[in-house]
Amino acid sequence: MARLNLLLLLVLAVCALGLVTSQHRARRFFGELEQEQERSRQLGVEYGQLQLEASTWAVHARVERIASRQLHMRVPEAKRLQIARPAEAAK
Amino acid sequence: MNFAASPVLELTLPVWRSRFLLYVFVAGFVLLLGRAVYLQGLNNDFLQAKGESRYSRVMEVPANRGRVLDRNGEALAISTPVKSIWAIPGEAHPGPRQLARLAALLEMPQTEIEKRLADTGRDFVFVKRQISPEAAERVAGLHIPGLFQNREYRRYYPSGDVMAHVLGFTGADDIGQEGVELAFQERLAGKPGSRRVIKDRLGQTVEDIESIKAAQDGNDLTLALDARIQNLAFSQLKAAVAQNRAKAGGVVVLDIESGELLALANFPTYNPNNRNKLAGTQLRNRAVTDTFEPGSTLKPFTIALALEAGRVRPESVIQTAPGTLSIGGATIRDAHVERSLTVAQVIQKSSNVGAAKIALGLSPESMWEMFRDVGFGSTPGLGFPGEAAGKVRPFRSWRPIEQATMSYGHGIAVSLVQLARAYSVFARDGELVPLSLVRVDAPPVGRRVMAPKTAAAVRAMLELAVNRDGTAPRAQIVGYRVAGKTGTAHKQENGAYAPDKYVSSFVGFAPASHPRLVVAVMIDEPSAGRYYGGTVAAPVFAQIMAGALRALDVAPDRQIQPIELPPEGQEVKESV
Repeated sequence: MARLNLLLLLVLAVCALGLVTSQHRARRFFGELEQEQERSRQLGVEYGQLQLEASTWAVHARVERIASRQLHMRVPEAKRLQIARPAEAAK
Repeated sequence: MNFAASPVLELTLPVWRSRFLLYVFVAGFVLLLGRAVYLQGLNNDFLQAKGESRYSRVMEVPANRGRVLDRNGEALAISTPVKSIWAIPGEAHPGPRQLARLAALLEMPQTEIEKRLADTGRDFVFVKRQISPEAAERVAGLHIPGLFQNREYRRYYPSGDVMAHVLGFTGADDIGQEGVELAFQERLAGKPGSRRVIKDRLGQTVEDIESIKAAQDGNDLTLALDARIQNLAFSQLKAAVAQNRAKAGGVVVLDIESGELLALANFPTYNPNNRNKLAGTQLRNRAVTDTFEPGSTLKPFTIALALEAGRVRPESVIQTAPGTLSIGGATIRDAHVERSLTVAQVIQKSSNVGAAKIALGLSPESMWEMFRDVGFGSTPGLGFPGEAAGKVRPFRSWRPIEQATMSYGHGIAVSLVQLARAYSVFARDGELVPLSLVRVDAPPVGRRVMAPKTAAAVRAMLELAVNRDGTAPRAQIVGYRVAGKTGTAHKQENGAYAPDKYVSSFVGFAPASHPRLVVAVMIDEPSAGRYYGGTVAAPVFAQIMAGALRALDVAPDRQIQPIELPPEGQEVKESV
């Protein structure tokens, strides 16, 4: 009887320790999850900011200015235009 | 010594004294037990709440406001988190060095900060709202007690003043106040959620207890707007307003097939990212909220009605000599006197007398119905805040002179959007198309308001107006057939027409063989000498239409050759 009781006590102690470690691990994992979620939020914010930056760089007025001033591009004159029609191109 | 025989033990006390003490103790224990049962079992809410408040916290889960995109996915409005610095005035006492650093970081004068912190009558005062997260971090690094930070959202508009009137803006609390931001507030707004968590001594979250309310990010909104066309429309309008020293102007570009609003530009405008000095005139979305007397751009509707009723045919001849027509004491004049014109030429040369004569053969009721059918006098249904319905007076009150002037667009008020939409009737073979601010995936069903034959006949007339002998040779575009009509109207001031103030407009569509776009241009009070719709508004139309057709890859329907303009000074003048 006494031996059974001792065994049960041992089992109880192991279970208790197991509970403690699993609780600890759960907390740690939760912390990691929180951090990753925070990081995902941060990346979301950064994505928005980068999108904003991309839009700002790609503002049409700026593109047009660079095209015409730096690259000396312009719309071709009417007499220099030729239309390629799909039907003609196929012949 | 024999203690057992101590005389003290000889003393005998009455039994009731020890009994009494026993009862007192038992009663005390019962009392405690009762209290314990009461607190633990019967009335434990209060203590439980107290205990929970030691470790559990309700945290707000922020939600983003949705983005606004153009039809090709270009971002037009984005929210990003920023920080607001606030303080409890009684508790914030920064040292002189801290104050100087703070002032530098917040880019505001030191005295201003001191003034705000001195306002001890309040528990809460914003020091500065909406600063960048990086700056906020440095402010936090100063460790000033009594100074706190708040997470907020700020909306950015990369395109600035180009689309200000379409997009509108949000206030400091990220709630839409104008334009699309206001019209689609429900859809764009995110719903912040909250959750209950357990926090440890260090303030770190260790466990999630429950999600009280899930955060819901706002939905992205894809507009019908095309950023390329919008930009083109805005830059051309801006240039035209400056060149003509005009008071204001507006442009509307509609897709005829889908009824989508591809561009809507107004001038003057404002920069939605910096709204410090904002005047009411800058804020007004004129193309939608303001109405004007359109002038000759309404003639095609009168003609269409006459054609539909079988009163005239395109080649019927109308006597227009001597260029004036008197009705009940008032006189209608033509700027360009011809002895007689065909109905098609009435449109081409924009003859007031011709239009008035045709209109007088029609019943007021049928004219009124036509105006209502093409959308005048009712809101265009775009969904913008403050859309104007315009004004079409009930036909019972029309006098003959009024009916005559209405035939060429006086005594009736419309908005530019309404005018553009009405022209889609000619472009779509007689159907009025519902408009849309957001991208539509399935082509909408139009409402038939005139026979396809009538619409085609008017289209042919409108094409005549845009050639060498019409009022708008400058609306021609290389490679495309264009149809359209000029409008030049005196402005009304205090109930009378101002002799030197005009509204110049042009509405047209292209390619005429298979219309794809309607472009309407309105220039308010051009004052650089020229004021005819054909010289002020038509060139703007041509530039925008040419660029938009190119941007949309619409195939040309005409030989590519330089456009023909009449010799200088010999242009057909429009009747005003």
